[in-house]
Amino acid sequence: MKILVCISHVPDTTSKINFTDGDSKFDTNGVQFVINPNDEFGLTRAMWFKEKQGASVDVVNVGGAETEPTLRKALAIGADSAIRVNTAAVDGFQVAKQLAKVVQDGGYDLVIAGRESIDYNGGMVPGMLAGLTGANFVNNCINLEVDGTNATATREIDGGKETVSTSLPLVIGGQKGLVEESDLRIPNMRGIMMARKKPLTVAEPVDASAETSSVKFEKPEPKGAVTLVSPDNLDELVNLLHNEAKVI
Amino acid sequence: MSVLVYTESEKGAFKKVALEVASYAKAVANQLGTTVTAVTINANDTTELGKYGVDKVLNVNNSQLDTFNAQAYANVLKQAVENENAKVVIVSSSADSKYLAPLLAVGLNAGFASNVVEAPTSTSPFTVKRTAFTNKAFNITTIDTDVKLVAVSNNAFGLVESNGNASAEDFSPSIPEFGVNVQSVDKATDKVTIADAEIVVSGGRGLKGPENWGMVEELADILGAATACSKPVSDLGWRPHSEHVGQTGKPVASNLYIAIGISGAIQHLAGINASKVKVVINTDAEAPFFKAADYGVVGDAFEVVPQLIEKLKAFKAQQ
Repeated sequence: MKILVCISHVPDTTSKINFTDGDSKFDTNGVQFVINPNDEFGLTRAMWFKEKQGASVDVVNVGGAETEPTLRKALAIGADSAIRVNTAAVDGFQVAKQLAKVVQDGGYDLVIAGRESIDYNGGMVPGMLAGLTGANFVNNCINLEVDGTNATATREIDGGKETVSTSLPLVIGGQKGLVEESDLRIPNMRGIMMARKKPLTVAEPVDASAETSSVKFEKPEPKGAVTLVSPDNLDELVNLLHNEAKVI
Repeated sequence: MSVLVYTESEKGAFKKVALEVASYAKAVANQLGTTVTAVTINANDTTELGKYGVDKVLNVNNSQLDTFNAQAYANVLKQAVENENAKVVIVSSSADSKYLAPLLAVGLNAGFASNVVEAPTSTSPFTVKRTAFTNKAFNITTIDTDVKLVAVSNNAFGLVESNGNASAEDFSPSIPEFGVNVQSVDKATDKVTIADAEIVVSGGRGLKGPENWGMVEELADILGAATACSKPVSDLGWRPHSEHVGQTGKPVASNLYIAIGISGAIQHLAGINASKVKVVINTDAEAPFFKAADYGVVGDAFEVVPQLIEKLKAFKAQQ
């Protein structure tokens, strides 16, 4: 089985979010970038397939050279090779089109992407990629088993979960649950050394224009101070929630 | 060239998000000087939609669509959009709509903006405000294609009633073959889901163990709320993953979010930031959650929560 794992290069979850250039660009100053958490769960599940069932695992990112350390980290975790499509990620559709070319050229059976990136939160690339390549698609995927060309997946639905049967080629939008937090791997020294020798191919982008444009960013209004209520006066809390906040 | 909205139902009854996206569609239609067409799939009674601004309903009734299938539903909506020559398509942010929307965007070659929180600030260029960086920022985005797809954040726009009547007609699209088939569904039908809930009661590691969740559930019961938890609690296996809210868990956009024994890590706060009113109960007055909350009680949850339950019972009895 040939597996492709899509890797978003995103600010660490603890990053302070600021903008530059008249609030039009994310300020990367002092920001640590990591593998998008939803993608890391998927990568770890891909490693499980590789080790238990026999599979090759490639990783891909659409972005500039600054994203290569993130791809190297994925190689250090155990992916076999990496592809960087050499163009800035502009919107979900443009990224999905770049990835579709990689999927078609590579003849992948299974594409594992995160359900959304934690920076732009578009949540659209996995589904668009499935739509563009004609593959089956399961979103919010929390479990995946593959047997030959058949797959069984569980997806999270509002208020529960649903188990579906489908077949390869398949794209999933994955999240925590594909593997547990405790299964995530921290690259060891040997992995890091080996990652340096693994192939990282730079692919030229296909011609694909974006369909949306980011105009600018805004930060939420600063919050007012908290109103403290004494634990001995909880009637006051009920009163505030009813009369002031009007939420009960 | 109406505005087309997908109004989701469950077992024939409209979900709350369906009425919210109908309200949103009406606002967009007013800006464009056009009407709202809703598409329903196996819904029982569609007259309710008129109250939220829908002018015309396309009813799809087909037993093949009894169980949600993203590919088939997206295909049905695509046919409806083309049939109506709609230029703006509105969906919700339910798990099902988030699943089908990217497929629909590809089918329609439509630019797609998700997590949209307000009516468009301009219709030419078509400009929307959406959340990004997991609620730590907003992104003003234009959709530049002829057909535009907007997914509205849950509980962001609210319900807007108008006094209209919706005409209804049957719509019989062709149904594609399914590549994904549902085997089983595991869903608690008696519980409010985090996505639908107006109030969410959430517990953290401060509750010390899964055996102490009785009071969280009791508080949620009284308020008609959904229960949720912080990431450590789900990682420890005290509560199911489906309750984990935060940056890598579920987003919460409820009217009221009550956090019990949650310190307020930046990732947790990002996930619940879209909630309108936040209450924190924590022994540690220095917990970061107090900076993000509207109301706070510095105290021991094991003393405060049972008392609060009694006060709320008395309050509810009076109502």
